[in-house]
Amino acid sequence: MTSLPAITVPTRLVHLSPVDVVIVVFYFVLVLSIGLYLKGRANTGEDFFMAGREMTAWVAGLSFLSANLGALELMGWAGSAYQYGILATHPYWIGAIPAMLFLALVMMPFYYISKTHSVPGYLKLRFGEPSRALSAISFAFMTVLMSGVNMFAMAKVMQIVLGWDINFSIWVSSLTVAIYVALGGLRSAIFNEVLQFFLIWAGALLIPILGLYEAGGWTNLKLQITQRASEQYVHLWSGLGSFTTNPMGIHWTGIVFGLGAILAMGYWTTDFLVVQRILAAKDIRSAEMAPIIGAGFKMMVPFIVVLPGLLGLALLPEKLVPESVAAAAGGHSYNEVLPLMLARYCDPGLLGLGVTALIAGFMSGMAGNVSAFTTVWTYDIYRPLINSKGSDHHYVNVGRSTTIIGVLISVGTAYLVMQFASIMDYVQALFSFFIAPLFGTVILGMLWRRATSAGGFWGLLLGTLSSISMWAWVKVDPSALRYVALSPHAKALAQDMYQALWSFSVCVVVTVVVSLATKPMPGGELTGLVYGLTEVPSVGDVPLYQKPLFWAAVVIVVFFALNIVFW
Amino acid sequence: MISIWFFVGISLAVNGALIFAAGIYQLVSPPANPGVALFNLHANVWWGAVLLVSGLIYCFRFAPRRQS
Repeated sequence: MTSLPAITVPTRLVHLSPVDVVIVVFYFVLVLSIGLYLKGRANTGEDFFMAGREMTAWVAGLSFLSANLGALELMGWAGSAYQYGILATHPYWIGAIPAMLFLALVMMPFYYISKTHSVPGYLKLRFGEPSRALSAISFAFMTVLMSGVNMFAMAKVMQIVLGWDINFSIWVSSLTVAIYVALGGLRSAIFNEVLQFFLIWAGALLIPILGLYEAGGWTNLKLQITQRASEQYVHLWSGLGSFTTNPMGIHWTGIVFGLGAILAMGYWTTDFLVVQRILAAKDIRSAEMAPIIGAGFKMMVPFIVVLPGLLGLALLPEKLVPESVAAAAGGHSYNEVLPLMLARYCDPGLLGLGVTALIAGFMSGMAGNVSAFTTVWTYDIYRPLINSKGSDHHYVNVGRSTTIIGVLISVGTAYLVMQFASIMDYVQALFSFFIAPLFGTVILGMLWRRATSAGGFWGLLLGTLSSISMWAWVKVDPSALRYVALSPHAKALAQDMYQALWSFSVCVVVTVVVSLATKPMPGGELTGLVYGLTEVPSVGDVPLYQKPLFWAAVVIVVFFALNIVFW
Repeated sequence: MISIWFFVGISLAVNGALIFAAGIYQLVSPPANPGVALFNLHANVWWGAVLLVSGLIYCFRFAPRRQS
């Protein structure tokens, strides 16, 4: 779900004053101190990999959101807002909120009561070892490569925004993450993610406040955007009746079914990077409340991401251009709108906090990748396939060394991308290959008792292969997008959404057909894993305002209200 | 164990104090060319103060001694 800027023009947008440098250095000192402090509390596997399963709903919920709130996500979608207008809000609202609530109320009870360490771990319990191996290996591979690509892109951003050397940025940030995750495990990653959440908001919130003041309020801002771009830049849904009446070149079916129903569901409910934070919750009520708390804050993220992009469109004197144009003819690209707005409003001190917010965003995303990779490698690859007889202490040591090795592989990937820039496109595409079919497999596994081991495995495999095939087809023949997205007017962004829809469909159809053709699994093996055979635990006898269902209802009402207001 | 909220409080308080101090310095000796839009609002003074006060509240509320 990350929109990655591939910035190529070496310019320097801002200059840090001494107080800014002190703020950045203090951030590094604090995160390392937290790692050192938590070192003594990560001695068992349950502590190191699952943070002792003792996180409160607030800590798990903010960490869940922070692991996704990477700096490239912030900068990329701010750039998208400049390019496509308020349509860039869709990934934050329909592309997140329903999925997060679905995770909380429908799927989390199964993850939680199965006491699995990971999403591949659930697949092992439900469908057997082959499905787990396929899912674990693809996830580990994808995670570590994505981490490296993000690392390179972030170092490039730091070079452009601050003039920092790329090698310096790569090594300082990656070693810091490696140290605090290796020392304190998931607990350290979660603690730092919560800290980073606050820094991101403290550093980024001032831009929309000052921007709206300068623009003369929301109504005047809309007027200015309409004059400089078009009226469709300030409407969420009204232009989505056709591919040709909105700047994104997409139809509402792609947004609702491709993004909302499949891609978002896949990412928020099966990507272990985010789900791992919820598995660390202390009880079932906290595990259900955490994604709901995350959803509440997720709805507000467009305020610090999309609104600065819109403000840039209305207020910046220069016109920003696509990456390719910026690289060829100079000027600033869309993806630089957030740092440009930062430089527009931030005095000494505030600038340091804004830069720290970007660094914190990057490091929280990387720590999320590294801790998820470490757990999946240790529990779902190393233990079942390489050494199943180690002690708990042995697996903790494997986890610590895997953290360091994972970071080093990411650094290696970053340098590889530096040499061969086209790798970046391939690695980003990797993400979309796996996530939609994985959602199909997990959701059928949870809701349909008739799904068999063979059905789960072949559905996952063929769904993934169909996704890769569609991507390769469009890569070789770009005009094939008209078939994948069902319209000759579809633009590039529509591809991911329709590709997800088709690969999910392939996964479901194959799983159903193969399952019906194979012997049903005995009911006893499915207890605790499938609806209808599992007693879903109650959140206890608590007042209404403490019930997850109540807060989910509040969030969904606000979600609908926001979509109607900005229709 | 020290609460995560205490660490959050330290971070907000220290950053707030630094930003507030930088803002006061600019208020006392304004630069000839401010270089930022809306300089007259002195955002670093009031935003720094908001962060400082929030951080101190967190530090006090979640201080290790109170928690234990």
